[in-house]
Amino acid sequence: MTDPLMIAGKSFASRLLIGTGKFPSPEVMAAAVGASGAEIVTVSLRRVDAGAPRGNILDSIDPERYLILPNTSGARDAEEAIRLARLGRAGGISRWVKLEVTPHPHHLLPDATETLSAARVLVKEGFVVLPYIQADPILARRLAEAGAATVMPLGSPIGTNRGLRTIDSIRMIIEESPVPVVVDAGLGAPSHAAEAMELGADAVLVNTAIASAEDPVAMAEAFRLGTEAGRRAFLAGAAPGRDRAEASSPLTGFLGES
Amino acid sequence: MDELERRAEGATAADVRAALRKEERRDLRDLAVLLSPAAAEMLEEVALASSRLTGRRFGRTILLYAPLYISNECVNVCTYCGFRRDIDVSRLTLAPEEIEREARYLAGEGFRHILLVAGEHPKKIPLDYVERAVRVTRHFAPSVTLEVQPYTAGEYGRLVAAGADGVTLYQEVYDEERYASYHTHGPKKDYADRLEAPCRAAESGIRRIGIGALLGLAPWRREAFLLAAHADSILRRYWRTQLAVSFPRIRDAASHFDAPAPVSDRDLAAMICAFRLVFPDAGLVLSTRESRELRDGLVRLGITQISAGSKTEPGGYGGPREAEGQFAVSDSRSPGEVAERLAALGFEPVWKDWEEALHG
Repeated sequence: MTDPLMIAGKSFASRLLIGTGKFPSPEVMAAAVGASGAEIVTVSLRRVDAGAPRGNILDSIDPERYLILPNTSGARDAEEAIRLARLGRAGGISRWVKLEVTPHPHHLLPDATETLSAARVLVKEGFVVLPYIQADPILARRLAEAGAATVMPLGSPIGTNRGLRTIDSIRMIIEESPVPVVVDAGLGAPSHAAEAMELGADAVLVNTAIASAEDPVAMAEAFRLGTEAGRRAFLAGAAPGRDRAEASSPLTGFLGES
Repeated sequence: MDELERRAEGATAADVRAALRKEERRDLRDLAVLLSPAAAEMLEEVALASSRLTGRRFGRTILLYAPLYISNECVNVCTYCGFRRDIDVSRLTLAPEEIEREARYLAGEGFRHILLVAGEHPKKIPLDYVERAVRVTRHFAPSVTLEVQPYTAGEYGRLVAAGADGVTLYQEVYDEERYASYHTHGPKKDYADRLEAPCRAAESGIRRIGIGALLGLAPWRREAFLLAAHADSILRRYWRTQLAVSFPRIRDAASHFDAPAPVSDRDLAAMICAFRLVFPDAGLVLSTRESRELRDGLVRLGITQISAGSKTEPGGYGGPREAEGQFAVSDSRSPGEVAERLAALGFEPVWKDWEEALHG
């Protein structure tokens, strides 16, 4: 595998992570996940129902083929997120966890302080922690120091499809981060995914834009291509956006050394 | 409110389009425009915007829940209600083992979100009883919402500790004068106490608050404005609380009540779309009061939660009982049939969207 994505010592060929909520049916979800080429698939722990008489969300995802990344959506504070993560591990789902602490149920923006304290506890307990955060370069640093496996800054609020509204901060996080940066939330079009990858993000996570597209399977493939295009552009060394009128030899060379 | 009514009356098609195009958060003035006669002429455009926004926020999923009536005893007289105290209907309060049987039945049908419903009766439905009903139901469902009388903050705290995560409390009628004319006897006469109760519940740690107006009792447009203002004030004060808004229309009941201000199907659809556009993240709820055809249509416009297979009499799931129902159910499909129909319409029926571990 050339150019693999490495997270917590595991390597992945795909740099597109997919969320499984919001799809019109389990069948469409499974087909879209297939078309996306994703290898990491997030599942909300609060949707998991092992005893369900009418279908459990996990039934549609092949654990041999995908790394199932349970998330703690619904948690309002560190304590609830920790309890959910433990539940996911005890239930045999995973010791990986996408840490989401979103006390505001309407816009679902993450709580920085609670996320950091939950991450510290979960890392100590042996979890592989992938925290969903505001695009805050300092917080990203603190989480990396706490042992988070990645940081997952948001491009714009969940479900808005607005793309990289936090681009300046995301740029800073990418420049500095010692752990992989996965841009999560708000990516509404394959061009947004491409843009994040061109900036040098290690991966992107998409759910709403695929799940609520008219043809989720086709949109999943489009995001796969967008993500790949952005990554290749990044590797190719996209021309930096500096002044084009840069002379090939110094303009002041004739002046000699001072 | 008068200003909002004037704004609705004066709104033009251009105003409606401007409200639909808005990228920033819409406010109550936009609601007035979206509920205007001009908007009614453009319902398809409004519906399209509402449907798209719902898709972005909730995806193509619909949460299913079931009501579990635990008692139809009541000391209030609400002139439209089948449980009003001055009519002679057979009354029943379920024993804990009967609640357990009903909850087990609903869990077997797939439900993980159960709404416990009761009249108001301090002696026959005391707080201890409701607390016990919550504990019993929680064995079968991770999410238990209460649609019972209003309580004090301390009492709501006990219900949270027992495992309730939601409170639904309809103001019924927001127009205060009309409220007084419909609620003639009993503690429910206290308009302000009822209006404040959702805030007391939120303050006590209840995570989901459901509000609504019983449509048909007062001119709907003004009721919608007042309901939206109530929603807005709750959200401003309790930002950690998930808000849901219901749109119940008055139905046939043992009270034989004729709605003085009927709300048409189109008016109902307009309200649902307008609330979606102004409150993008609120759950919007529709019960089996409405027909299957209408429910099938409205889930595409902005509704995010529906009940299914409902019985509105205590003990109704365990087989035919003597007790009177609260209102007539219009959609009598089984939960399985409703789920299949949702799938055919392109929505995933979601049975479980809550988890034991999220209770403090």
